[in-house]
Amino acid sequence: MPNRISIRIDGELVQAERGQTIFEAAQANNRFIPGLCQFKGLSTVGACRLCVVEVQGVNRLLPSCTTPAQDGMAVITRSAKLNDYRRQALELLFAEKNHVCAVCVSNNHCELQAYAQRLGVTNVRYAYRYPRLKVDMSHPRFVIDHNRCVLCTRCVRVCNEVEGAYVWGVAGRGIGSRIACEMDRDWGKASACTNCGKCVQVCPTGALAEKGFAAEEMVKRQDLVERLATIRGTMNPGGSR
Amino acid sequence: MTKAPKARLATAWLDGCSGCHMSLLDVDELLLTLADRVTIVFGPLVDAQHFPESVDVALIEGAVSSQDDLRLAQTVRENSKFVIALGDCAVTSNVPSMRNSIAPTRLLERVYIAGADTQPGVPLENVPKLLRAAIPLHEVIKVDLHVPGCPPSAAAIAHVLTELLDGRKPDLSAVAKFG
Ligand code: SF4
Ligand code: SF4
Repeated sequence: MPNRISIRIDGELVQAERGQTIFEAAQANNRFIPGLCQFKGLSTVGACRLCVVEVQGVNRLLPSCTTPAQDGMAVITRSAKLNDYRRQALELLFAEKNHVCAVCVSNNHCELQAYAQRLGVTNVRYAYRYPRLKVDMSHPRFVIDHNRCVLCTRCVRVCNEVEGAYVWGVAGRGIGSRIACEMDRDWGKASACTNCGKCVQVCPTGALAEKGFAAEEMVKRQDLVERLATIRGTMNPGGSR
Repeated sequence: MTKAPKARLATAWLDGCSGCHMSLLDVDELLLTLADRVTIVFGPLVDAQHFPESVDVALIEGAVSSQDDLRLAQTVRENSKFVIALGDCAVTSNVPSMRNSIAPTRLLERVYIAGADTQPGVPLENVPKLLRAAIPLHEVIKVDLHVPGCPPSAAAIAHVLTELLDGRKPDLSAVAKFG
Protein backbone atom coordinates (compact mmCIF):
# COMPACT_ATOMS: atom_id res chain seq x y z
CA MET A 1 0.00 0.00 0.00
CA PRO A 2 1.45 3.40 -0.89
CA ASN A 3 2.31 5.48 2.13
CA ARG A 4 1.23 8.76 0.61
CA ILE A 5 -2.42 9.71 0.27
CA SER A 6 -4.10 12.75 -1.22
CA ILE A 7 -6.72 14.76 0.58
CA ARG A 8 -8.41 18.04 -0.11
CA ILE A 9 -8.10 20.62 2.68
CA ASP A 10 -10.23 23.73 2.21
CA GLY A 11 -10.38 23.00 -1.50
CA GLU A 12 -6.66 22.53 -2.02
CA LEU A 13 -5.26 19.12 -2.91
CA VAL A 14 -2.45 18.15 -0.51
CA GLN A 15 -0.38 15.09 0.30
CA ALA A 16 -0.52 13.30 3.63
CA GLU A 17 0.96 10.18 5.13
CA ARG A 18 -1.22 7.16 5.65
CA GLY A 19 -1.98 6.89 9.36
CA GLN A 20 -1.93 10.63 9.97
CA THR A 21 -4.95 12.20 11.55
CA ILE A 22 -6.67 15.08 9.78
CA PHE A 23 -5.14 17.37 12.41
CA GLU A 24 -1.61 16.11 11.68
CA ALA A 25 -2.11 16.24 7.93
CA ALA A 26 -3.37 19.81 8.17
CA GLN A 27 -0.47 20.83 10.38
CA ALA A 28 2.05 19.18 8.05
CA ASN A 29 0.58 21.35 5.30
CA ASN A 30 0.82 24.54 7.36
CA ARG A 31 -2.86 24.84 8.09
CA PHE A 32 -3.91 25.93 11.51
CA ILE A 33 -6.62 24.06 13.39
CA PRO A 34 -7.16 25.07 17.03
CA GLY A 35 -6.81 22.37 19.70
CA LEU A 36 -6.50 22.38 23.48
CA CYS A 37 -6.32 18.70 24.43
CA GLN A 38 -4.05 17.70 21.56
CA PHE A 39 -0.32 17.60 22.43
CA LYS A 40 2.35 16.49 20.00
CA GLY A 41 3.65 13.02 20.86
CA LEU A 42 0.82 12.08 23.23
CA SER A 43 -2.14 9.87 22.37
CA THR A 44 -5.30 11.69 21.26
CA VAL A 45 -8.63 11.79 23.08
CA GLY A 46 -10.84 14.32 21.28
CA ALA A 47 -11.85 15.91 24.57
CA CYS A 48 -11.92 19.65 23.89
CA ARG A 49 -13.87 19.76 20.59
CA LEU A 50 -11.97 22.83 19.39
CA CYS A 51 -10.45 20.94 16.46
CA VAL A 52 -13.74 19.95 14.85
CA VAL A 53 -13.80 20.00 11.04
CA GLU A 54 -16.35 19.35 8.31
CA VAL A 55 -15.78 16.24 6.22
CA GLN A 56 -17.61 16.04 2.90
CA GLY A 57 -20.30 13.37 2.97
CA VAL A 58 -20.46 13.24 6.78
CA ASN A 59 -23.37 15.16 8.24
CA ARG A 60 -21.82 15.93 11.61
CA LEU A 61 -18.62 17.64 12.67
CA LEU A 62 -15.65 15.39 13.43
CA PRO A 63 -12.74 16.04 15.81
CA SER A 64 -9.74 16.25 13.50
CA CYS A 65 -7.30 15.01 16.17
CA THR A 66 -8.91 11.56 16.34
CA THR A 67 -10.14 11.17 12.76
CA PRO A 68 -7.66 9.45 10.40
CA ALA A 69 -7.07 11.17 7.07
CA GLN A 70 -8.21 8.93 4.23
CA ASP A 71 -7.31 8.98 0.59
CA GLY A 72 -9.71 11.19 -1.37
CA MET A 73 -11.22 12.85 1.70
CA ALA A 74 -12.39 16.48 1.41
CA VAL A 75 -12.07 18.44 4.64
CA ILE A 76 -13.11 21.98 5.59
CA THR A 77 -11.03 23.37 8.46
CA ARG A 78 -12.35 26.93 8.53
CA SER A 79 -15.87 28.24 8.05
CA ALA A 80 -18.34 30.43 9.87
CA LYS A 81 -20.12 27.32 11.12
CA LEU A 82 -16.91 25.82 12.54
CA ASN A 83 -15.99 29.10 14.18
CA ASP A 84 -19.37 29.19 15.81
CA TYR A 85 -19.05 25.65 17.21
CA ARG A 86 -15.48 26.27 18.35
CA ARG A 87 -16.57 29.42 20.15
CA GLN A 88 -19.36 27.51 21.86
CA ALA A 89 -16.91 24.85 23.03
CA LEU A 90 -14.62 27.55 24.45
CA GLU A 91 -17.45 29.39 26.17
CA LEU A 92 -18.64 26.17 27.79
CA LEU A 93 -15.14 25.61 29.18
CA PHE A 94 -15.12 29.11 30.67
CA ALA A 95 -18.59 28.66 32.16
CA GLU A 96 -17.82 25.24 33.64
CA LYS A 97 -15.05 26.17 36.13
CA ASN A 98 -13.73 29.41 37.64
CA HIS A 99 -11.40 31.13 35.21
CA VAL A 100 -10.38 34.42 36.74
CA CYS A 101 -7.66 35.35 34.26
CA ALA A 102 -6.69 38.60 35.96
CA VAL A 103 -5.37 36.81 39.05
CA CYS A 104 -4.25 33.58 37.40
CA VAL A 105 -0.62 32.42 37.46
CA SER A 106 -0.92 31.74 33.74
CA ASN A 107 -2.47 35.06 32.71
CA ASN A 108 -1.05 36.03 29.30
CA HIS A 109 0.60 32.60 28.87
CA CYS A 110 -2.55 30.52 28.72
CA GLU A 111 -3.76 28.51 25.74
CA LEU A 112 -7.43 28.81 26.72
CA GLN A 113 -7.19 32.58 27.05
CA ALA A 114 -5.24 32.86 23.79
CA TYR A 115 -7.84 30.83 21.88
CA ALA A 116 -10.61 33.01 23.27
CA GLN A 117 -8.89 36.03 21.78
CA ARG A 118 -7.99 34.30 18.55
CA LEU A 119 -11.52 33.00 17.98
CA GLY A 120 -13.15 36.28 18.97
CA VAL A 121 -14.77 35.23 22.26
CA THR A 122 -15.36 38.50 24.11
CA ASN A 123 -17.98 37.16 26.49
CA VAL A 124 -19.62 33.92 27.55
CA ARG A 125 -23.27 33.50 26.59
CA TYR A 126 -23.87 30.62 29.05
CA ALA A 127 -24.51 31.14 32.76
CA TYR A 128 -21.35 30.59 34.79
CA ARG A 129 -21.59 27.72 37.28
CA TYR A 130 -19.19 29.03 39.97
CA PRO A 131 -18.47 25.55 41.37
CA ARG A 132 -16.60 25.22 44.66
CA LEU A 133 -13.31 23.54 43.77
CA LYS A 134 -10.11 22.59 45.55
CA VAL A 135 -6.62 23.97 45.26
CA ASP A 136 -4.20 21.23 46.31
CA MET A 137 -0.91 22.69 47.56
CA SER A 138 0.32 19.53 49.28
CA HIS A 139 3.06 18.73 46.77
CA PRO A 140 6.40 20.32 47.73
CA ARG A 141 7.01 21.84 44.30
CA PHE A 142 3.74 21.98 42.40
CA VAL A 143 0.09 23.06 42.75
CA ILE A 144 -3.10 21.80 41.15
CA ASP A 145 -5.90 24.37 41.03
CA HIS A 146 -9.06 22.62 39.86
CA ASN A 147 -10.72 26.00 39.24
CA ARG A 148 -8.65 26.40 36.08
CA CYS A 149 -8.79 22.83 34.73
CA VAL A 150 -10.31 22.26 31.29
CA LEU A 151 -10.13 18.45 31.60
CA CYS A 152 -7.95 18.12 28.53
CA THR A 153 -6.18 15.16 30.24
CA ARG A 154 -2.79 16.15 28.87
CA CYS A 155 -1.43 15.67 32.42
CA VAL A 156 -2.91 12.17 32.65
CA ARG A 157 -1.46 11.16 29.31
CA VAL A 158 2.01 12.64 29.75
CA CYS A 159 2.33 10.97 33.15
CA ASN A 160 1.20 7.59 31.78
CA GLU A 161 2.79 7.64 28.37
CA VAL A 162 6.04 9.52 28.85
CA GLU A 163 6.95 9.35 32.52
CA GLY A 164 5.29 5.96 33.09
CA ALA A 165 4.23 6.90 36.61
CA TYR A 166 0.40 6.73 36.24
CA VAL A 167 -0.27 9.34 38.94
CA TRP A 168 -3.24 11.12 37.35
CA GLY A 169 -6.68 9.91 36.38
CA VAL A 170 -10.17 11.33 35.89
CA ALA A 171 -12.65 10.90 38.75
CA GLY A 172 -16.40 11.52 38.62
CA ARG A 173 -18.71 11.74 35.64
CA GLY A 174 -20.12 14.49 33.44
CA ILE A 175 -20.12 17.91 35.01
CA GLY A 176 -18.63 16.38 38.20
CA SER A 177 -15.50 15.13 36.39
CA ARG A 178 -12.18 16.19 37.82
CA ILE A 179 -8.54 15.25 37.66
CA ALA A 180 -7.59 12.99 40.58
CA CYS A 181 -4.24 11.95 41.98
CA GLU A 182 -3.81 8.17 42.38
CA MET A 183 -6.81 6.83 44.34
CA ASP A 184 -7.95 10.39 45.03
CA ARG A 185 -5.31 11.33 47.56
CA ASP A 186 -3.51 14.63 47.99
CA TRP A 187 -0.74 15.10 45.46
CA GLY A 188 1.80 15.42 48.26
CA LYS A 189 0.92 11.88 49.37
CA ALA A 190 1.27 10.32 45.91
CA SER A 191 3.41 7.19 46.04
CA ALA A 192 4.28 7.10 42.33
CA CYS A 193 4.96 10.78 41.57
CA THR A 194 8.61 11.25 40.58
CA ASN A 195 8.38 15.08 40.86
CA CYS A 196 9.38 15.31 37.19
CA GLY A 197 6.99 18.22 36.50
CA LYS A 198 5.98 17.08 33.00
CA CYS A 199 2.27 17.40 33.79
CA VAL A 200 2.85 20.98 34.90
CA GLN A 201 4.64 21.92 31.70
CA VAL A 202 2.02 20.44 29.34
CA CYS A 203 -1.03 21.85 31.15
CA PRO A 204 -2.49 24.48 28.79
CA THR A 205 -3.89 26.65 31.60
CA GLY A 206 -2.98 27.72 35.10
CA ALA A 207 -4.45 24.52 36.59
CA LEU A 208 -1.06 22.94 37.09
CA ALA A 209 1.72 25.29 38.11
CA GLU A 210 5.03 25.44 39.88
CA LYS A 211 4.96 26.91 43.37
CA GLY A 212 6.38 30.36 44.03
CA PHE A 213 4.89 32.16 41.05
CA ALA A 214 2.47 35.07 41.27
CA ALA A 215 -0.19 36.11 38.75
CA GLU A 216 1.10 36.19 35.15
CA GLU A 217 4.43 34.59 36.09
CA MET A 218 3.94 30.93 35.15
CA VAL A 219 5.38 30.33 31.70
CA LYS A 220 5.31 26.69 30.62
CA ARG A 221 8.20 24.97 28.81
CA GLN A 222 6.37 22.70 26.43
CA ASP A 223 9.19 22.30 23.91
CA LEU A 224 11.19 19.96 26.15
CA VAL A 225 8.25 17.70 26.96
CA GLU A 226 7.24 17.66 23.31
CA ARG A 227 10.76 16.53 22.47
CA LEU A 228 10.63 13.75 25.05
CA ALA A 229 7.13 12.74 23.98
CA THR A 230 8.04 12.49 20.31
CA ILE A 231 11.20 10.48 20.98
CA ARG A 232 9.03 7.98 22.76
CA GLY A 233 6.60 8.03 19.87
CA THR A 234 9.19 6.68 17.46
CA MET A 235 10.36 3.94 19.80
CA ASN A 236 7.17 2.61 21.33
CA PRO A 237 6.30 -0.68 19.64
CA GLY A 238 2.62 -0.08 20.37
CA GLY A 239 2.71 3.38 18.79
CA SER A 240 1.67 4.32 15.29
CA ARG A 241 5.18 4.35 13.78
CA MET B 1 -19.87 75.44 9.58
CA THR B 2 -21.94 73.98 12.35
CA LYS B 3 -20.37 71.40 14.58
CA ALA B 4 -22.02 68.00 15.06
CA PRO B 5 -23.85 67.91 18.38
CA LYS B 6 -21.81 66.29 21.13
CA ALA B 7 -22.57 62.68 21.99
CA ARG B 8 -23.85 62.11 25.52
CA LEU B 9 -21.54 59.69 27.32
CA ALA B 10 -22.20 58.17 30.74
CA THR B 11 -20.12 55.83 32.88
CA ALA B 12 -21.16 53.70 35.83
CA TRP B 13 -19.17 51.97 38.53
CA LEU B 14 -20.63 48.74 39.92
CA ASP B 15 -18.59 46.01 41.68
CA GLY B 16 -15.16 46.79 40.30
CA CYS B 17 -11.92 48.36 41.50
CA SER B 18 -12.20 51.55 39.36
CA GLY B 19 -9.29 50.29 37.24
CA CYS B 20 -11.43 50.46 34.09
CA HIS B 21 -12.18 54.12 34.78
CA MET B 22 -8.44 54.68 35.31
CA SER B 23 -7.79 53.04 31.96
CA LEU B 24 -10.35 55.37 30.37
CA LEU B 25 -8.44 58.36 31.75
CA ASP B 26 -5.28 56.76 30.39
CA VAL B 27 -6.21 57.44 26.76
CA ASP B 28 -3.93 60.48 26.96
CA GLU B 29 -4.35 63.11 24.25
CA LEU B 30 -7.49 61.42 22.97
CA LEU B 31 -9.14 63.01 26.02
CA LEU B 32 -8.82 66.37 24.27
CA THR B 33 -10.53 65.09 21.13
CA LEU B 34 -13.16 63.40 23.26
CA ALA B 35 -13.80 66.64 25.11
CA ASP B 36 -14.74 68.16 21.74
CA ARG B 37 -16.97 65.30 20.72
CA VAL B 38 -18.69 64.06 23.89
CA THR B 39 -20.22 65.40 27.07
CA ILE B 40 -19.88 63.16 30.10
CA VAL B 41 -23.30 63.34 31.70
CA PHE B 42 -23.02 60.81 34.52
CA GLY B 43 -20.51 58.70 36.44
CA PRO B 44 -17.72 58.91 39.03
CA LEU B 45 -15.91 61.46 36.84
CA VAL B 46 -18.69 64.06 37.09
CA ASP B 47 -21.06 65.48 39.71
CA ALA B 48 -24.50 64.47 38.45
CA GLN B 49 -26.62 62.84 41.16
CA HIS B 50 -29.21 61.20 38.94
CA PHE B 51 -28.81 59.21 35.77
CA PRO B 52 -30.09 61.43 32.95
CA GLU B 53 -32.33 60.58 30.01
CA SER B 54 -31.23 59.99 26.39
CA VAL B 55 -27.65 58.91 26.84
CA ASP B 56 -25.92 57.85 23.62
CA VAL B 57 -23.19 55.60 24.98
CA ALA B 58 -22.88 54.15 28.48
CA LEU B 59 -19.76 52.40 29.77
CA ILE B 60 -20.39 50.14 32.75
CA GLU B 61 -17.53 48.92 34.91
CA GLY B 62 -17.97 46.13 37.46
CA ALA B 63 -20.01 43.03 38.16
CA VAL B 64 -23.60 43.15 39.37
CA SER B 65 -23.22 42.28 43.06
CA SER B 66 -25.82 44.18 45.07
CA GLN B 67 -29.37 45.47 44.82
CA ASP B 68 -27.94 48.93 44.09
CA ASP B 69 -25.80 47.57 41.25
CA LEU B 70 -28.85 45.88 39.78
CA ARG B 71 -30.98 49.04 39.96
CA LEU B 72 -28.28 51.23 38.47
CA ALA B 73 -27.66 48.76 35.63
CA GLN B 74 -31.36 48.77 34.82
CA THR B 75 -31.56 52.56 34.95
CA VAL B 76 -28.56 52.86 32.63
CA ARG B 77 -30.18 50.44 30.17
CA GLU B 78 -33.52 52.22 30.19
CA ASN B 79 -31.93 55.54 29.37
CA SER B 80 -29.08 54.62 27.03
CA LYS B 81 -28.94 53.76 23.36
CA PHE B 82 -25.71 51.76 23.45
CA VAL B 83 -24.46 49.95 26.56
CA ILE B 84 -20.88 48.67 26.84
CA ALA B 85 -19.75 46.13 29.43
CA LEU B 86 -16.33 47.57 30.19
CA GLY B 87 -13.74 45.18 31.59
CA ASP B 88 -13.69 41.64 32.91
CA CYS B 89 -15.81 42.29 36.02
CA ALA B 90 -18.71 43.54 33.89
CA VAL B 91 -18.07 40.92 31.20
CA THR B 92 -17.35 37.77 33.25
CA SER B 93 -17.83 38.91 36.90
CA ASN B 94 -14.10 38.20 37.32
CA VAL B 95 -12.62 38.74 40.80
CA PRO B 96 -15.94 39.68 42.48
CA SER B 97 -17.23 36.23 41.44
CA MET B 98 -14.70 34.55 43.70
CA ARG B 99 -17.23 34.94 46.52
CA ASN B 100 -19.93 33.12 44.61
CA SER B 101 -19.40 29.65 46.06
CA ILE B 102 -20.04 31.06 49.56
CA ALA B 103 -23.55 32.14 50.67
CA PRO B 104 -23.69 35.92 51.38
CA THR B 105 -24.64 35.52 55.07
CA ARG B 106 -21.72 33.20 55.72
CA LEU B 107 -19.43 35.46 53.73
CA LEU B 108 -20.42 38.57 55.72
CA GLU B 109 -20.06 36.71 59.01
CA ARG B 110 -16.64 35.50 58.04
CA VAL B 111 -15.44 38.99 57.11
CA TYR B 112 -17.20 41.17 59.71
CA ILE B 113 -17.34 38.79 62.70
CA ALA B 114 -14.70 36.06 62.40
CA GLY B 115 -12.31 38.44 60.65
CA ALA B 116 -12.87 41.52 62.85
CA ASP B 117 -10.31 42.64 65.45
CA THR B 118 -12.68 45.17 67.01
CA GLN B 119 -16.46 45.69 66.99
CA PRO B 120 -17.53 42.46 65.33
CA GLY B 121 -20.92 42.74 63.62
CA VAL B 122 -22.35 42.60 60.14
CA PRO B 123 -23.29 46.11 58.94
CA LEU B 124 -26.99 46.22 58.11
CA GLU B 125 -27.82 49.90 57.71
CA ASN B 126 -26.96 52.18 54.78
CA VAL B 127 -25.33 49.38 52.83
CA PRO B 128 -26.91 47.78 49.78
CA LYS B 129 -28.01 44.19 50.14
CA LEU B 130 -25.73 41.69 48.41
CA LEU B 131 -27.14 39.53 45.67
CA ARG B 132 -26.67 35.77 46.04
CA ALA B 133 -23.83 35.96 43.50
CA ALA B 134 -21.80 38.58 41.64
CA ILE B 135 -22.85 38.14 38.02
CA PRO B 136 -21.89 39.51 34.62
CA LEU B 137 -23.83 42.50 33.32
CA HIS B 138 -25.38 40.68 30.37
CA GLU B 139 -27.19 38.34 32.77
CA VAL B 140 -29.36 41.25 33.94
CA ILE B 141 -29.54 43.71 31.03
CA LYS B 142 -28.97 43.65 27.29
CA VAL B 143 -25.37 44.54 26.50
CA ASP B 144 -24.47 45.93 23.07
CA LEU B 145 -20.70 45.45 23.25
CA HIS B 146 -18.35 43.50 25.52
CA VAL B 147 -14.87 44.90 26.04
CA PRO B 148 -12.90 42.36 28.09
CA GLY B 149 -9.63 43.04 29.92
CA CYS B 150 -8.55 43.64 33.51
CA PRO B 151 -8.52 46.48 32.83
CA PRO B 152 -9.09 46.84 29.07
CA SER B 153 -6.07 48.69 27.70
CA ALA B 154 -6.35 52.40 27.02
CA ALA B 155 -5.80 51.50 23.36
CA ALA B 156 -8.85 49.22 23.43
CA ILE B 157 -11.03 51.90 25.01
CA ALA B 158 -9.74 54.54 22.62
CA HIS B 159 -10.47 52.26 19.67
CA VAL B 160 -14.00 51.50 20.88
CA LEU B 161 -14.92 55.13 21.51
CA THR B 162 -13.42 56.46 18.27
CA GLU B 163 -15.07 53.78 16.15
CA LEU B 164 -18.45 54.34 17.79
CA LEU B 165 -18.25 58.10 17.43
CA ASP B 166 -17.38 57.64 13.77
CA GLY B 167 -20.41 55.42 13.36
CA ARG B 168 -18.55 52.14 12.91
CA LYS B 169 -18.75 48.87 14.82
CA PRO B 170 -15.49 48.36 16.78
CA ASP B 171 -13.49 45.22 15.99
CA LEU B 172 -11.90 44.10 19.24
CA SER B 173 -9.91 41.09 18.07
CA ALA B 174 -6.55 42.83 18.07
CA VAL B 175 -6.99 45.00 21.15
CA ALA B 176 -8.95 43.12 23.82
CA LYS B 177 -8.62 39.85 25.71
CA PHE B 178 -9.67 38.37 29.05
CA GLY B 179 -7.32 39.11 31.93
S1 SF4 C 1 -6.26 29.21 33.16
FE1 SF4 C 1 -6.20 30.67 31.44
S2 SF4 C 1 -8.35 31.08 30.96
FE2 SF4 C 1 -8.26 30.18 32.98
S3 SF4 C 1 -8.12 31.88 34.37
FE3 SF4 C 1 -6.04 31.26 33.94
S4 SF4 C 1 -5.43 32.61 32.27
FE4 SF4 C 1 -7.67 32.66 32.33
S1 SF4 D 1 -4.84 19.86 35.08
FE1 SF4 D 1 -4.23 20.94 33.19
S2 SF4 D 1 -3.37 19.28 31.89
FE2 SF4 D 1 -4.59 18.28 33.49
S3 SF4 D 1 -6.61 18.03 32.60
FE3 SF4 D 1 -6.64 19.98 33.75
S4 SF4 D 1 -6.17 21.55 32.23
FE4 SF4 D 1 -5.56 19.57 31.34
